[in-house]
Amino acid sequence: MTTTDAAGARKPRFRRRVGRTPVVLVLPAILALAFLVLPLAGLLIRAPWATLPQRLTDPQVLTALRLSLETSTLATILCLVLGVPLAWLLARVEFPGRRLVRALVTVPLVLPPVVGGLALLLVFGRRGLLGEWLDQAFGLTFAFTTKGVVLAEAFVAMPFLVIAVEGALRGADTRFEEAAATLGAGRWTTFRRVTLPLVAPGIAAGAVLCWARALGEFGATITFAGNFPGRTQTMPLAVYLTLEQDLDGAIVLSLILLVVSVVILAGLRDRWITAP
Amino acid sequence: MTGPLVDSRIVVDRGAFRLDIDLRIDPGEVVALLGPNGAGKTTALRALAGLVPLTDGHIRLRDRELDDARARRWVPAEHRPIGVVFQDYLLFPHLTALENVAFGPRSHGTGRKEAHTVAAAWLDRVGLGDHARRKPRQLSGGQAQRVALARALAVEPELLLLDEPLAALDARTRLDTRAELHRHLAAHPGATLLVTHDPLDALVLADRLVILEGGRVVQEGDAAEITAQPRTDYVARLVGLNLYRGRAVGGRVDIAGDLTLMTTDSVDGEAFVAFPPVAVAVHIERPTGSPRNTWPATIAAIQRHGDNLRLQLDGPIAAAADITPAAAAQLDLTLGRHVWAAVKATETRAYPADAAGWPAG
Repeated sequence: MTTTDAAGARKPRFRRRVGRTPVVLVLPAILALAFLVLPLAGLLIRAPWATLPQRLTDPQVLTALRLSLETSTLATILCLVLGVPLAWLLARVEFPGRRLVRALVTVPLVLPPVVGGLALLLVFGRRGLLGEWLDQAFGLTFAFTTKGVVLAEAFVAMPFLVIAVEGALRGADTRFEEAAATLGAGRWTTFRRVTLPLVAPGIAAGAVLCWARALGEFGATITFAGNFPGRTQTMPLAVYLTLEQDLDGAIVLSLILLVVSVVILAGLRDRWITAP
Repeated sequence: MTGPLVDSRIVVDRGAFRLDIDLRIDPGEVVALLGPNGAGKTTALRALAGLVPLTDGHIRLRDRELDDARARRWVPAEHRPIGVVFQDYLLFPHLTALENVAFGPRSHGTGRKEAHTVAAAWLDRVGLGDHARRKPRQLSGGQAQRVALARALAVEPELLLLDEPLAALDARTRLDTRAELHRHLAAHPGATLLVTHDPLDALVLADRLVILEGGRVVQEGDAAEITAQPRTDYVARLVGLNLYRGRAVGGRVDIAGDLTLMTTDSVDGEAFVAFPPVAVAVHIERPTGSPRNTWPATIAAIQRHGDNLRLQLDGPIAAAADITPAAAAQLDLTLGRHVWAAVKATETRAYPADAAGWPAG
């Protein structure tokens, strides 16, 4: 009997602790949740469900969706190829001005995307600092082309990847790299066979964030690459443009973006984003 | 070949700490670097492996100069014929046991298939042939230790470095693993340096002990020499002896606290006197007769020590005394009690302090 008594005495104490959670915190917390969820619910409530199948198969919608998926994937690959080495440099190599470089990397995070697009135009545009040379020497044109979309998305999304991967590299135990060295592995072999696999979860998390950011890119894309259906009109651009004439159409496009984002996040979150 | 396989003078500055040791290891020899935490043992090991640069000195392996601080010569870790077993093994968590062992041979340019054959043979040798496909997290501590040993040996290093190879294991596993490690070290044709703070590991596994304190070698020799004639308090504690330093004249040694200990060894000049705690008798009254050394003491601590009780005695000299529970019952022992300690002259050993090559102090 005494044991049950003891257990029974303990229970209400827990309940009281829960009951004491201050209203001052709970109320704003619920409001915040509602604020985040309600607009999404609004999308679902106002969706033209009756005409949805027909609208989904609209060739213009499919074109924009495919372009978005392709460009954001290409932008992510570009970010991986260039961003992982940059993250490695920032995490592993002591060099003068490293703090400055780290600050510069994060600039696109806080820069309004439109400004980013304008800056890209000044450098990679046909008359840009590099653009003119690239155009004449290699026939590479970025401004107002699909390549430009990839460039704009990569510019905006790269910091997400670099920050995530650098964090993972700093968190990784460098003694594994020392162990690899004592086994005769050079720096490149060590990077490829030890460092990369160890930080793979961090790289995956960074790639997902990077991809999601690229998928939603609007400002830099429309400024630098314009809005040409089939070439540079990605989903966010299509949403904005459709909104001017056709609210239901814009809602459908938004729903697609929402579903794609949620599916990707839900699919990868547990496995990767929380892992490191 | 003649002369040592490893010939080094290792000087590494780390803030206010300076490691400065001469270390030579013969082919086939197992040397234990023994010392308290912070003595610089691991730093010495890392310097040999090429993981920390020398501030001064040199490291020569066979006839090859791996490190020469003055000549600014430095061979990076991956080009040194040196294998390392790290304290927590550092098995690559994303690779299987087999791939971990094959990592070294593959890095040395062996093809994947052949490297796996070599690795499988090594896993067999450490008795883990049937664990080849396990990941490190699926291995027990003892198994991980053996995989780490196989991984280090698979590149057939001329010098094998072991950093506290048994420290991460529980007592039971340690016993088995120590015996097995001894077998593998005996079979290793190259030199071995074992870093440890456990005197038992050092005594069982090593041919020669090098004792490090505060970044310097304080004593060096085989197990018999070290246990018989400790030269610092740390070593004396390791081997379980009371140790004092003083001036000897024909077997009488004047030590601290105006105490003179009689010994049967005839020594002159600076000398050490050592005796085991079991040689110390404890009395309530001052004992008389027989050639004994006696001094007044107070009981500072009482601990269990195997089947006996160990008393820590304060007084003109600090000493440890082991007495049986029966004797303790008769003595009515309490902390702070005044007693008389006695040691027979025949149970003490005296030896010169300034033996050639040893630093004074």
